[in-house]
Amino acid sequence: MTALLAQLAPGNFRAPTLDFHALAPEIVLLVTLVVLVLLDSIKLERARASMPAVTNIGLLAALIPLVTLAADGGTRVMFGGSYVVDPMSLVLKALFIVSAYVVVLLSTNYVAEGDYWESEYYVLLVSSVLGMVVMASSRDLIGIFVALELLSIPAYMLAAWRKGDVRSNEAGLKYYLMGVFASAILLYGMSLVFGVGGSTRLVDIGLRLEEIGTEGVPVVTLALVFVLIGFAFKVSAVPFHVWAPDTYEGAPTPVTAFLAVASKAAGFVALIQIVYFCFIVRPDIIQPIFFVLAVLSMTVGNLIALRQTNVVRMLAYSGIAQAGFMLAPFVVAGELPVQSRQAVVIYLVIYAAMNLGAFAVVIAIARKTGSGEIESFGGLFQYMPGMAVALTLFLASLIGIPPLGGWYAKFSVFKVLVEAQTGLGWATAIVMAVNTAIAAYYYLRVARAMWFDDAPDGDTTPVKVPAGLTAAVTLALVATLVFGVLPGLLSDLTSFQPLALGG
Amino acid sequence: MLAATSSQFPVIPAMILLPFAGAALIGLLPRSRGDLFRPVALLTAVATGVLSVWMLVGFEDVARFQFQVNQPWISDLGISLHLGVNGISLFLIVLTGLMFPVAILGSTPSHDPKPYYAWLLVLMGASVGVFAAMDLVVFFVFFELVLVPMYFLIGLWGHGRRVYAATKFFLYTMAGSALMLVGIVATGILHQRGTGGPLTFDMVAIARDQVISRPATLWIFGAFAVALAIKVPLVPLHTWLPDAHTEAPTAGSVILAAIMLKLGTYGLIRFGLYLFPDAAVTLRPVLLTLAVLGITYGAVVATMQKDLKRLVAYSSVAHMGFCVLGIFSLTVQGIEGSVLVMVNHGITTGALFLLVGYIYERRHTRLISDLSGLQKSAPIMAACFTLVMLASVGLPGLNGFPGEFLSLLGAFEGARWWGVVAVTGVILAALYLLWAYQRTFHGPATGENARMKDLRPGELMVLAPLLVLIVFLGLYPAPMLERMEPSVKALVAHVDRNSDGFTAVERRYVGPAEAAEREGEGG
Repeated sequence: MTALLAQLAPGNFRAPTLDFHALAPEIVLLVTLVVLVLLDSIKLERARASMPAVTNIGLLAALIPLVTLAADGGTRVMFGGSYVVDPMSLVLKALFIVSAYVVVLLSTNYVAEGDYWESEYYVLLVSSVLGMVVMASSRDLIGIFVALELLSIPAYMLAAWRKGDVRSNEAGLKYYLMGVFASAILLYGMSLVFGVGGSTRLVDIGLRLEEIGTEGVPVVTLALVFVLIGFAFKVSAVPFHVWAPDTYEGAPTPVTAFLAVASKAAGFVALIQIVYFCFIVRPDIIQPIFFVLAVLSMTVGNLIALRQTNVVRMLAYSGIAQAGFMLAPFVVAGELPVQSRQAVVIYLVIYAAMNLGAFAVVIAIARKTGSGEIESFGGLFQYMPGMAVALTLFLASLIGIPPLGGWYAKFSVFKVLVEAQTGLGWATAIVMAVNTAIAAYYYLRVARAMWFDDAPDGDTTPVKVPAGLTAAVTLALVATLVFGVLPGLLSDLTSFQPLALGG
Repeated sequence: MLAATSSQFPVIPAMILLPFAGAALIGLLPRSRGDLFRPVALLTAVATGVLSVWMLVGFEDVARFQFQVNQPWISDLGISLHLGVNGISLFLIVLTGLMFPVAILGSTPSHDPKPYYAWLLVLMGASVGVFAAMDLVVFFVFFELVLVPMYFLIGLWGHGRRVYAATKFFLYTMAGSALMLVGIVATGILHQRGTGGPLTFDMVAIARDQVISRPATLWIFGAFAVALAIKVPLVPLHTWLPDAHTEAPTAGSVILAAIMLKLGTYGLIRFGLYLFPDAAVTLRPVLLTLAVLGITYGAVVATMQKDLKRLVAYSSVAHMGFCVLGIFSLTVQGIEGSVLVMVNHGITTGALFLLVGYIYERRHTRLISDLSGLQKSAPIMAACFTLVMLASVGLPGLNGFPGEFLSLLGAFEGARWWGVVAVTGVILAALYLLWAYQRTFHGPATGENARMKDLRPGELMVLAPLLVLIVFLGLYPAPMLERMEPSVKALVAHVDRNSDGFTAVERRYVGPAEAAEREGEGG
């Protein structure tokens, strides 16, 4: 600490060298953010119509440096190892930005027609994405915490965007209270970790934890447990999931899609950073915790999802169960660090594609029915066969039917669980197999309504689907199909170099 | 050697892709061209059937896999699109090529022809894929894919409690196949551990190396067995079957009985015996017991059915029991018999479901108590029904007999006491089918029954190929036996080589000529 302070003393301060190429995606997002704010404050109401387009251009522009960085290859380390741009972070950043792009497509008509605040909506969305992008590169407790708050605080507000609706207010408030509560626990855990590790850099902490070893240091256990609980809230793992269904149902549906996909993915990214760069040295503590979280999440999430009559709530609980599937590879993180991390990333990417697709169709249909009740999907195949087929494919992918993306996600998780050959790994695999079958039931219920039931009230006038929504559905569908038929693409993208813990 | 060269026409991929292409074409046709769906579906199915016959002609009587295609798919996981046929899968593929055109011709959907034909074609492509897959993951992909079209066929075009039946069918199979996926992954990884080589899911390599430890194979075999037993179905995992068969539309029932059930028994041969011979020998008593239970239970329950279609459905449980009995007798005759039962049960039960479908179309009831004296109003139908029913009973000279006979013969040699109990099933089969026939076709023709129309020429034409095959394969099963014998012998030798404590059972190999002779004696 004293060394740090001495650095800051006048005359001693040397600005860290900035790699502008590595930071380019963040900078582009920041510029977009500023442009949006300026547009709104200068042109006022007249800016409304151009907001989504500007946002999307900004997001697409942010993808360009990602591509050039990927073409460049290699790992760029900044700030003494606190901020790292490596191939994994590039894939994750691309995931966040593309998800946000799709969410903007979903939001455009929803926000414009709903008479909600529009400019601010996109400003908040972009700042949340910025938080996620920063998260993907943070290898430092402070960086992770700042990124987490940056992505969460706008999301609290977005959840309450339909402010005329009590449910939306409830959603925002619940999400906010639970989120802050989780942040507090996380921060407390981080302070303990810092106390034990003597550094905020994950790698240093990992080395220090390894030094301390497994000999009775209860504070280490406590620190690890607290940090993991903080993130368990974020990824809505059981038993820290209670906020999710109410928030998902009350929030505007595009925001729900954003929370269920991008925000959850960001939570997982934070878990990946913390587990694989630091806590991995203590598998004896983290693996049982992840086993309990994973098994509870998939089982409880599934069982409650069985009873839902509202599609959005159903997707919320199914998201909890899917989070359980994504937590499963962590159970064998100690044995197979590289492969299990790859399995999580693969699952995240495929989950984003299929879940965003499902939400896109739900939003399109809700334009007609105004509700997310499963019954309102009755007879959809009769009057909107395209949408019905698309949603069926997304649901089938969520079930895990090949050759749609979902099967490969499940396959890669099963693979690491079995490959580790540990008791916990086998147990998780079996529980997951059983849960896969349970999940089929509630996903099928929606498919059943669309194909087998008649339209409620015999109303079979097709809905006019805006071009943005169609584009979103198409994008998600193509991704779901491509990842399923050519999963080699994805496994090439995510086959990152072995972790260099000592780095 | 024409059939073995690698530069030849890739017939198996063509047989898989053609139906998918047909389905896609139907999907692209506008709804207003409703008249085109049926011809397109029929043409595609027939073309695929012709390809399967072409394959049958080019097939050589040797044990190795033929018409092989091997294309890497997910190379870093060692998954490749490895397809091929041997003497066991050959006939199931030909059966697929035969039954789909029959099912498409034999009935028309009550509504929405476009998705109906598209789903049927998807089902066809996926079925061929299951039988031809030589890579575990590819097998799984097709095995799962089969579920979806069947689910929609039952749920959309079925009768009565169709949605309930469809969901039950889907969930049962899904539960099994999720376990199977874990089993497949475990097989690949444990094989890699054992050999120290690269990861592979290739069946031939895994079967050849036999490096997985004994306790592990028992667990994996268990996972496979549960998934496949659901599909077969074996008692007590059979409860989805009566509902699915009964509520499905006619084409659905035909395909379910003729093709879907065989995925299970075929899987048992392929995974049970070929991949895990040692575990199969160890767990054999369990499967034999379940098979015998299925034979007797299926027959007894079939006897008590009031619904004609449900009766046929339960008779499938009994017939598939014979299949499993034959497989786990672990003798050449038993396994040959089992494959014969698979094919012949497909033909006879398919024909029975078609006939029941025709009765239902005319009378709008399937209750046996509502039907009587149909023989008088529909003599041709009665004649067809008699023939098919007798074949199903296992009357010597018709196609039900050789398979059942060889299965029992194998069982007597390899698993005597199970064989003894299973024979009762033959008697019961005669009982329930003859009794059902008697109640529906004999007696006074009252009311509606007296005015029932006989089979139309078109309907007879649909049945004709099946009837011809029933007689032909009953009188002369030798061509089938000749083609499957090398593969079956190789399989039994493989089991023998790779299992402990199995050689104690004395087996005599019976050549096809001799088998045909015996069959002749029986007739």
